[in-house]
Amino acid sequence: MKHSTVLALGQAAETENLAFWVLAVMSVAAALGMVLARRAVHCAVLLAVIMLSLAALYAELGAPFLAFVQIIVYTGAVLMLFLFVLMIVGVSSRDSLVETIRGQRLAAGLVGIGLLVLLALVIGHAAIGPAASSTAANSAANLPGIATLIFTTYVFPFEVTSALLITAALGAMVLAHRERTRPKPTQRELARLRVASGRPAPLPGPGVYALHDAVDMPALLPDGTPSDLSVSPVILQRELGPGESHARPPTPPAPAGELEAGRSDNTEQPEGARW
Amino acid sequence: MVGPAYFVALAVILFVIGGVGVLTRRNAIVIFMCVELMLNAVNLAFVAFSRLHGNLDGQVIAFFVMVVAAAEVVVGLAILTAIFRARRSASVDDANLLKY
Repeated sequence: MKHSTVLALGQAAETENLAFWVLAVMSVAAALGMVLARRAVHCAVLLAVIMLSLAALYAELGAPFLAFVQIIVYTGAVLMLFLFVLMIVGVSSRDSLVETIRGQRLAAGLVGIGLLVLLALVIGHAAIGPAASSTAANSAANLPGIATLIFTTYVFPFEVTSALLITAALGAMVLAHRERTRPKPTQRELARLRVASGRPAPLPGPGVYALHDAVDMPALLPDGTPSDLSVSPVILQRELGPGESHARPPTPPAPAGELEAGRSDNTEQPEGARW
Repeated sequence: MVGPAYFVALAVILFVIGGVGVLTRRNAIVIFMCVELMLNAVNLAFVAFSRLHGNLDGQVIAFFVMVVAAAEVVVGLAILTAIFRARRSASVDDANLLKY
């Protein structure tokens, strides 16, 4: 009985060791990838990997509350905010490789190595001992312990935090607010503009009924010629490769060539332009 | 059992990588992500020290760091969108109106 529990404890320690090394290697690799990746979206995904592995490390360190807060607040809220702003601001933007300050990358690498050496020396000299075997940080009393600390010792910082959060919310609203520089067009003005544009009716819908009812299929005008206006330009931009465009029959000759030309233009665009 | 020293060493490595990212990247959002990585590394060190001493203060501090980081991200990203609206760019090199 005792022997088996000792064995189980040993196996648990082995598993924790393995988990630490796997998570450490994964997070460091993801961090390196984040620094090196050209696309901002890739950086965000790699940051998610780092944050999730850090959450697992918190759990291994006996901090289950922080592990879940890490997943909920960081991976769930902060990172999603990053992705939203990325979608608004800079999905297509890649980092330029032009150095504004000459030798900046090299200098930054040297600074990083210096900082690493400095911190490694400090940590190495600190002689950090083994983990305390006390019960305060163990998982059973973790959440009540944190709650007690927050509402007793750290109650004033906790209250200040609320002021900080309200200020941050107000600041975000003020900063993200856009003043309207011209008055909003009324319905009358919109109707006038529509008539003046020469096309008061909506654009024709795509597809030929009973034959090819597809969105990428131009509609046929009464005289039999296909109407380019019926196909959304977005579809032409997102056109699939030549092997996958089976939906378009070869029957309408003139616009098909036109569309093919447009498609080949689009496929020649750099990958970033499609975002 | 892996001692807290290993966790602190991992925190140091992640912190340095984040710092190098802040210094080298040009996209403001990516710089922000690297700052988040540095904050996370410090959090890991806090939790490791909390484990080392066997009390919960480090975890509470890490919790506060998370709250402050969330507030900072909200304001920072709002500033980034405001700059993007004005300058049509997310690169830190283009926000140079105060130069000279």
